[in-house]
Amino acid sequence: MPKDFGIGAPQKRREDIRFLTGRGVYTDDLKIAGQTYAVFCRSQVAHGRIVSIDTAATLAMPGVLAVFTGEDFKDVGGNPAGWLIKSRNGEAMREPKRPVLAHGKVRHVGDAYAAVIAESYQQAKDAAEQLAADTVIDELPAIVDMAAAVADASNRVHDEIPDNLCFDWGWIEDNRAKVEEVFKTAPHVTTLELVNNRLVPNAMEPRASIGEYFPGTGDYKLTTTSQNPHLTRLLVAAFVLGIPENKLTVVAPDVGGGFGSKIYHYGEEALVLAAAKKLGRPVRWTAERTESFLSDAHGRDHVTKIELACDKQGNFLAFRTETLANVGAYLSNFSTATPTFLHGTLMAGPYKVPAVYVNVKTVFTNTAPVDAYRGAGRPEATFSLERVIDKMCRELNLDPFEVRRKNFITTDMFPYTTPVGLVYDTGNYQATLDKAIEVGDVKGFEARRAESAKRGKLRGLGLSTWIEACGIAPSHLVGVLGSRVGLYDAATVRVNATGNISVMVGAHSHGQGHETVFAQIVADKLGIPESSVEIVHGDTSKIPFGMGSYGSRSLAVCGVAMTKAVDKIVAKGKKIAAHMLEASEADISFENGKFSVAGTDKAKTLGEIAFSAYVPHNYPLETLEPGLEETAFYDPNNFTYPAGAYLCEVEVDPETGKVQVCSFTCADDFGNIMNPMVVEGQVHGGVGQGIGQALCENTHYDENGQLVTGSYMDYAMPRASDVPFYTVDYSCQTPCTHNPLGVKGCGEAGAIGSPPAVVNAVIDALHRGGIKVSHIDMPVSPARVWSAIQNA
Amino acid sequence: MYAFDFVRPKTVADAVKALQAEDAQALGGGQTLIPTLKQRLAQPSVLVSLTGIDEMKGVCRDGDALVIGGGTLHATVAREARAHYPALAALAGNIGDPAVRNRGTIGGSLANNDPSACYPSAALASGATIVTNSRKIAADDYFQGMFTTALEPGEIITSVRLPIPQKAAYVKFEQPASRFALVGVFVAKHAGGVRVAVTGASNNGVFRWTEAEAALSANFSAAAVKGLKASAADLIADLHGTAAYRAHLIGVLTARAVTAAG
Repeated sequence: MPKDFGIGAPQKRREDIRFLTGRGVYTDDLKIAGQTYAVFCRSQVAHGRIVSIDTAATLAMPGVLAVFTGEDFKDVGGNPAGWLIKSRNGEAMREPKRPVLAHGKVRHVGDAYAAVIAESYQQAKDAAEQLAADTVIDELPAIVDMAAAVADASNRVHDEIPDNLCFDWGWIEDNRAKVEEVFKTAPHVTTLELVNNRLVPNAMEPRASIGEYFPGTGDYKLTTTSQNPHLTRLLVAAFVLGIPENKLTVVAPDVGGGFGSKIYHYGEEALVLAAAKKLGRPVRWTAERTESFLSDAHGRDHVTKIELACDKQGNFLAFRTETLANVGAYLSNFSTATPTFLHGTLMAGPYKVPAVYVNVKTVFTNTAPVDAYRGAGRPEATFSLERVIDKMCRELNLDPFEVRRKNFITTDMFPYTTPVGLVYDTGNYQATLDKAIEVGDVKGFEARRAESAKRGKLRGLGLSTWIEACGIAPSHLVGVLGSRVGLYDAATVRVNATGNISVMVGAHSHGQGHETVFAQIVADKLGIPESSVEIVHGDTSKIPFGMGSYGSRSLAVCGVAMTKAVDKIVAKGKKIAAHMLEASEADISFENGKFSVAGTDKAKTLGEIAFSAYVPHNYPLETLEPGLEETAFYDPNNFTYPAGAYLCEVEVDPETGKVQVCSFTCADDFGNIMNPMVVEGQVHGGVGQGIGQALCENTHYDENGQLVTGSYMDYAMPRASDVPFYTVDYSCQTPCTHNPLGVKGCGEAGAIGSPPAVVNAVIDALHRGGIKVSHIDMPVSPARVWSAIQNA
Repeated sequence: MYAFDFVRPKTVADAVKALQAEDAQALGGGQTLIPTLKQRLAQPSVLVSLTGIDEMKGVCRDGDALVIGGGTLHATVAREARAHYPALAALAGNIGDPAVRNRGTIGGSLANNDPSACYPSAALASGATIVTNSRKIAADDYFQGMFTTALEPGEIITSVRLPIPQKAAYVKFEQPASRFALVGVFVAKHAGGVRVAVTGASNNGVFRWTEAEAALSANFSAAAVKGLKASAADLIADLHGTAAYRAHLIGVLTARAVTAAG
């Protein structure tokens, strides 16, 4: 019987009622008296020198209030990179300034070099067209291909960076020689060159921002589509515009999806604030879909060579990778962490491989910035590992299930220190693999394959056993790794005078379901109805200074802060109860919402205690402050390590190359589960995105740096017909050992584990059909499969 | 969008008159035109909506042909043509999504003549007659290349007359992103022979694959086209498929359409 209350109950999401009935309030829904409209002029060329921008005609147009160019922001700060990465030679990474508006040069199609503010949206659109016509940009050769960018020192994205290289990172550099030795003597080496395709995040709600300035107080307000309002406030206030943080409120109201793309601070946010100050009026901007394609931070975009050294029985001896990682034209806030510490540190997988070396060269190109996107570095690591392992199994004629099994870290080995710097606290990889084999009915595969064959289809089975590091993150560790911010989180629990509860959290919900799940946890801990708990998030004037939501951290970090604040409430409640019940504090116990004196029937409800705290007529004021509100900050001492086994079955139509995913089975270990329905939803969404990456999504810049796939006419999003009904199991649970909830995080797992399972299944199907194809790059589109078949 | 005037006449005659204004533009279901306007890629002075003209709507049987008003929605064709011309109804019912099918019209699709649209293949394979406010145009004369037709400026498709084949089927292979036809093949077996119309594939828009028509007219079976190879010359090559891939798909889909037609 599933629970019907509190922790572990499959509660329907309370926020969905407003989302599904059109009652959500998103940034663009807000209408503010006196509002004006910003429209950006964006570069049509990938690379060019701004020769002149003549604003005179534009300023004379009806309704136009102001024009801004890069010149207006040349003296304010740049949008900084959040992680300092050092190259193998010890040099710090190259950090070109990322201005609010492009100044001097434009560096990618969609790079904003000017903005027009007008009374109406149409007037602003007209004016931006005029301004674009009055702008002279000398086009320069576009730098698109990473290998060419590094090879040709004469053509530079940033004039001061000769080889277009941000850094050349080795992990762990001291292990390089040792790994080379292993490869020299290894009985077998499998090599695979692959592309981890660039993805456009495509949140359903485009980015939008409203800037306000209140001359009476000198206060600013930014309403924006953010996954982390405090971080955005820190960046725009302290780093870019120089506004004191206490004079700026950042509000992220309902946000329609982020997938990472709304973690970062963007220049549009600074522009609407600066313009609001200049005009003394609210300034609003909402991205058009084309702008989103061109200017949201994209994801992935790695070109990798991975080598696996092993013995003839498939025992892993070493992994070695060389990766070119595209960072785009500028450093987005977490762009340098994604290909390094979110990628290289996972390159041991769930395996007891003794030696690993990872080399990543991160390259500037004339393309949109690339940053963390659901999974962020971990999908890239998992894809490389799980694909090369599959290739090795085929080369040595070994069973891919057994090879993984024999290389797994076993349960008696935890805590386990990997050769790439992480300490896995707990896990049971054998258990999730067994579970996947069971619920995915691997036994029945051969019969299903035969049935497919009757219909002329090639059926294949693909496996991926994945691990990730999430619950990001221990500040002390990320600090050592180069992070410039802490990654704790915070929550305030306020028991109101009438006993209901407001919980202010640093995490931000933009689809995750925090309003439901966090309330379940608080209600469970305090023994009160879930409906008595309200979760408040997304407003820096209401919530404690938290770090927002990404890296599957909301529950494992902020959720734990919240439970610690609840613990403090209970501790203080005991003190108040001891006074009211005339008992010793040590004799007070708390259970099911009641404080009672041990061995008596004397008790006070949480509501009575709260009332006493706010109406302290009879209250121990000499020893206790009134009020019942507690804040806790929590910084974990390790990452969490969810892991699992994914099975994918596909049918390939050998005549057309079309791949249909027939089934997808997930056996995950997320530790303890707070709400199984929400967990299933997260896995469904993540796997859907993973199938999208594997089969559909292709971000293509041509040689001139034009984004060919700049709309849904050419950028293929996965649709319902592209995904199967998922089988999701999370019954294998090894609770996280270092947080009191025992939770690990589940938001990114599906996107991390699924792409290699899909591609492995396609390759398996082709081989079973006698077509010896060793690899097809993602997206595994019909045309690519057909072409691979022709060339086999 | 740029600003424009908007009129919604009730008769074909009034619509024709309204379209005489300089830079006037007819608006059917708007499935192509509205996105074009939103991107500021067109700047008409006046949009003449054809959605208020009752005489341009409906599906009716006329002997051995089906006559469909130019302003008839895809969803209506999907529903009302089913009993008379199931292959056509199936084609209409698989265009876009429900929102598209309840705005888009057959006349709009044929007037636009998108090289990847479904309807042109049905009109060409059926040997349809495109009826306008001023004349009748045989489908063989009507389609003149990508986004190009025999229509004169201001001319309106009032109806389409489609002879009903003895057997027919349309098979579409979807472009992964837009879900338009990467290649679509409409096979129609008429008393006088087989017509095979291919959409999605050619730089010249919809065309007839005459080699397949000859083979199938002699022997209407998938085996008859097995050895045939469509020429890749002048076929579309883009991110979603090379010309060779499209040529290959033409053969595969033609055989499948023949099988589906029974």
